[in-house]
Parts: sequence; C-alpha cells; structure tokens
Amino acid sequence: MTSEAVLTGEHFINGDEACAEGALAVGCRFFGGYPITPATEVAETMARRLPAVGGIFIQMEDEIASIAAVLGAAWGGAKAMTSTSGPGFSLMMENIGLGLVTETPCVIVNVQRGGPSTGLPTLCSQGDMMQARWGSHGHYEIIAISPSSPQEMFNFTIRAFNLAETFRMPVLVMADEVVGHTLERVTIPPAEEIVVVNRKKPTGSPETYLPYKTDSSFIPVLPDAGDGYKIHVTGLTHDERGYPGMDAKTQETMMTRLIQKVRKNRDQILDYEDYFLDGAEIVIVTYGSSVRPALRAMRGLREDGINVGLLKLNTVWPFAEDLIRKLAKKVEAFVVPEVNFGQISLEVERCSSGQALTHLISHAGGGIHTPQQVVEGVKETLRMLGSKRTKK
Amino acid sequence: MPAKDYLRQRFFPQIWCPGCGHGIIMGNMIRAIDQLGLEKNEVVVVSGIGCSSRMPGYVDFHSLHTLHGRALAFAMGVKMGRPELTVIVPMGDGDAAAIGGNHLIHAARRNIDLTAIIMNNSIYGMTGGQFSPMTPFGDKGTTAPSGTIDHAFDIVELAKGAGASFVARTTTYHVKEMIKIIARAIKHKGFSMVEVMSQCPTYYGRKNKLGSAVDMMNSYKDGTTSIGSKKKAEHPELIERGVFLEEERPEYSASYSALVKKSQG
Repeated sequence: MTSEAVLTGEHFINGDEACAEGALAVGCRFFGGYPITPATEVAETMARRLPAVGGIFIQMEDEIASIAAVLGAAWGGAKAMTSTSGPGFSLMMENIGLGLVTETPCVIVNVQRGGPSTGLPTLCSQGDMMQARWGSHGHYEIIAISPSSPQEMFNFTIRAFNLAETFRMPVLVMADEVVGHTLERVTIPPAEEIVVVNRKKPTGSPETYLPYKTDSSFIPVLPDAGDGYKIHVTGLTHDERGYPGMDAKTQETMMTRLIQKVRKNRDQILDYEDYFLDGAEIVIVTYGSSVRPALRAMRGLREDGINVGLLKLNTVWPFAEDLIRKLAKKVEAFVVPEVNFGQISLEVERCSSGQALTHLISHAGGGIHTPQQVVEGVKETLRMLGSKRTKK
Repeated sequence: MPAKDYLRQRFFPQIWCPGCGHGIIMGNMIRAIDQLGLEKNEVVVVSGIGCSSRMPGYVDFHSLHTLHGRALAFAMGVKMGRPELTVIVPMGDGDAAAIGGNHLIHAARRNIDLTAIIMNNSIYGMTGGQFSPMTPFGDKGTTAPSGTIDHAFDIVELAKGAGASFVARTTTYHVKEMIKIIARAIKHKGFSMVEVMSQCPTYYGRKNKLGSAVDMMNSYKDGTTSIGSKKKAEHPELIERGVFLEEERPEYSASYSALVKKSQG
C-alpha cells in the first residue's frame, strides 16, 4: 500500500473513495466508524490507506462510539473523521451537540439514503438536511456542506476539515448515495496546491490562560491533551475558564458566543456557485445530487428562451439567507428540486418572505430527479406565475 | 506531592453529598498516580455523566467530561491518538453497566490500555436514587419502590468474560488495598477494570435502611473478604476483593503500532 497521503493524478473512483482521499490529503489521520450502506466505502478506503500513512483506523462497536472516539482523538490533536448514513447519523446526534459545545474540530460525513428508519439502504435521498440542522437537542448553529459529484466529494471534504479547524466545530458533509456511488474521474492536485488549515494552539502561560476567552472572531484557541494546559472540557454549560456554571448568565454568555461564532463569520463559511442570475425570472436553487439534473434542465430551458438561472448551494448550513433575500426582490420565483418533501425549500420560502414564489419539486427518494422533471417543475412555476398575474 | 496539590480547589465545593464514598476513591486515585510518579500532563481523566463522572473536574490533570455512558469510547480515541498518555476513566455503575455497557465490553475485548474505575454505589445518585444494573436483586430505588426484580451484573465476571486483562474489586473501606490496586491497574498494559464498592448513604442507603455512611462502610468490612480466603470457604455469601485477573495479552494500541510499521514496510 502506498505511503503517499496525496495521490496526485487522475483517478477513476467513486464519491465515497474520493471523500476518503480528500480527508487523507488534508491531513486526516484518525477515522472511527461502523459499517453502513452506502457510506461503507469511505471506511474501507480509510482502513486500507490510513495505517500506511501512519494514521489510525478503528472500527468501533456502533456509531455512537465512532463519533465519541473521533471527538476523543480530536482532543488528542488529531484531524479526525467518521462517515455514516441515516440510521448511524441519528445515533450520532447527541455527540454532535457535545462536539459543538466543547468546540471540537472534526468531520462527519453523511452519505444520505432513503429513510425514515431502515428505508432504502442502497438508494439515494436528501431526507436528512433538516436533521443536520436541528437533529441534536438544544439550539445551535452548524456548518454543513453538500457535494454534488465525486470531484466535489474530494474538494469539499478538504474544505470541511479546513472549516472545522478554523471554527473549532464538527462540520457535516451532507452527501448522498448517488454522489457517493457515482464512479468517474477525480483529479487530485499536487500536495502543495492543497490548502491545509491547522487549528491554532495557545502560546501563553498555562497559569493565566482562559480557554474560552475569544477575540472578535468568537473562536477559542484551545490546547490538545498533553500540551500542558490541563484544561477541563465539559458538555456542561461553562464560562471562559471552562468551569461549569449552572446559571442563566453563564448560559447566555456561552450560547451567544457559540451562535455568533457561525453567524458573524457566515461570509467566510458560505460558498455557492451561480449561473445566469442577472435578469433571471426564475432561479433554481439546488444542492447535492440534484445539481446535475438541474443544470441540464436550466440549459434546455434557456435554449427554449426561458429566462432561468441557477444557484448551487455548496454550503447548505448556515443558510445563504442574505443572498436569497436579495434575489427574492429581483426574481419572480425560486424552484427547488429536492429528494425529500421540502426541507431546504422551506428555508428558501422563509427568506423570500412572500416576495417571490417558492416552488418545490419533491422526490420521495430511491433515485434523483430527471432533467425533464425539473423542466416540468419550472414550466409549472411559470403557469403559476401566469395565473397569479392574471388574477392581479 | 500531597494529594491536595492534585486538586483543583477552584472547582470546589464539590457536588458529592456528605458521607459519599466517591471522594475517597478520588483521593486514592490521586495517591496511586502520585506513587507511580506520573506527571500531571501525562494523565488524561475521561468521564461520562453522573455523580462519579464529576471527578475529572476536581483533579488537576487533563480532564474530559463527556456524555452519559460514552466515556470509554471517547477515551479510546484519546488513547489511540496519543498512546503515550495515561488514560483513566472513572465511571458510575449506571454509566458503565447500563447505557455504557456496550462500550465497556468492547473496550475490554480490544484490550486497549485504559483504566476503568467503576465507582459502584448501586444506584443512580445524580437523578435521585433509581435502581441500576448493579443494584442487588430485591433492593429498592425510586423506580423500584417494591424492590427491583432485575438481576444485578457481577461486573468482575462481566469484565473477565469480555476480555479485560486486569480485573479487580475493592471497597471504600479498604483504602490501602484500593491505592495498591488502582496503581497496579494503571501500570498494567491492557484494559484494566477496577470495581470500587462505594457508599451512597443519601439515596441507596436511605432507601434500603442501611444506616449511616459509617454503617455502610462497616458493611464492606464485614461483607467482603480477600479472594480465596478461608473466610470465603466458610461464608460463601461474602463478596471477594482483590485482583481476580492480571494477564499479559496483546494490547490494542501496541498491536496497531505494529500494523502501521508493517503497512509502511
């Protein structure tokens, strides 16, 4: 097995494998996981590759243990990751909250499959997008990014680690079965072209060090276990010294900072691509495996003279609120194809505040939309807009 | 170094009730670490949730207070990532044997070099006295007002069966024995499990009319005996104390290092 972490070159691999290669390329050296379709290939690739690059692969007893081990390894200083799908993602929820409140950098990959319950283990859905946002108890902000191809599985996993290291929090890669199992060309650049962010470490005296005191970035600078700072890390509400404080004031201070950490840094976190937004009458808002049929539909519609643009959300959480608000003033309607019965479309609708129509093209899962279904959805939207105008 | 120098007195007052046995275990864990001459910076204490699990906050090592039942899974990540660190995992009986039972048996099976100290007070104390998987059959808790019909785990047998390579039991009455056992457990290369019987006079004691903390500690003196003693032969109902198992077996993080060497050729 190669001891090269970055396999520079052209590869014919699937999205799950590309995800693992992205993780290795950015310095992930710890993987804790549990077998689950359709994410297993991520774990299998890591099991094959990690020992040779001096990293650690552990198959844990369940997904709860997997994410707990990942958090533990991260506190030891490792860049750590786990991958899973719906049922395992559900089991990880409590630990995701712990990761957020203890500000632990790590990456969780969810290769979404049809749910609820055991659902469709081998087939696609985008049913966990709201679970990614709100699945753990309590109020929080989270970062989730959504790749739409094997190449993006590679690129976005790198970005997920860099976001995790920058903002000190778990970052979710919300992939899906189609993206995970698509087998195509993935280009891995030379190692020196890969942007690698490493967490900041404290430098001051351990005696006067305040672990959770932050500057205007709201991001704490925390040590690893064994660094000599001997800090106490707890899931209890804590103050800037890291001491538990069971009162409303401590809760308010800690919560406000954790929320601001994401909200005030939103511009750094958000990433999207836009196509023909200028003067567009209708904008397709899309992410994950829905992107490709949506792009194909957009091109066909434009050839037919329909003025349609497209917004591809690379970062799904935090949501691109300001962008949608701004667009809602200019466009007539948003069309949202999703492999669920309306999740991200609810956010689009919320942010457009009645200023533009939001039309969901739902899909129950087991596959993705055909371009034709997206075309039909846009045409349906045009009819809705037409009858709205007639009524006026 | 005196035990008090290992305490984070800034975290005091601690939350344990008067008469609770957990402080005795904390003190003896500190004495064991001191005897072994470990540096504070080499020790990580990982816990879950419960009365026992508040202990890491009070000791001046690197301390991680995680989720109910999950401490061993968390500790697994710490140890694999930083095998040079000594990782100690204090747990409660509900924490270790109910919600965390799966992690306990798998950590034991892997023989990962962690020291699990199971502070067994036979009750869920923090939530106010519900029966646990280590509450003796027939004893009462707020969720077993007529006595529990659940059978209790013998955690020593469980750990042995699951593959732990060091298994011991002691009590808060037997402090000198406890220090020796904890020190041996920490030194042992592999998964070590030490059950410490610890009194909860507030909930378990009161609910089952076991008297004061002193009465409960006396019951440990009278109700236990050293492994294989003559007393045990005469009184088979006595609970045995001591080291039940201490074996050298391939340790997980060492086996992993060997695997890495092999993969790198």
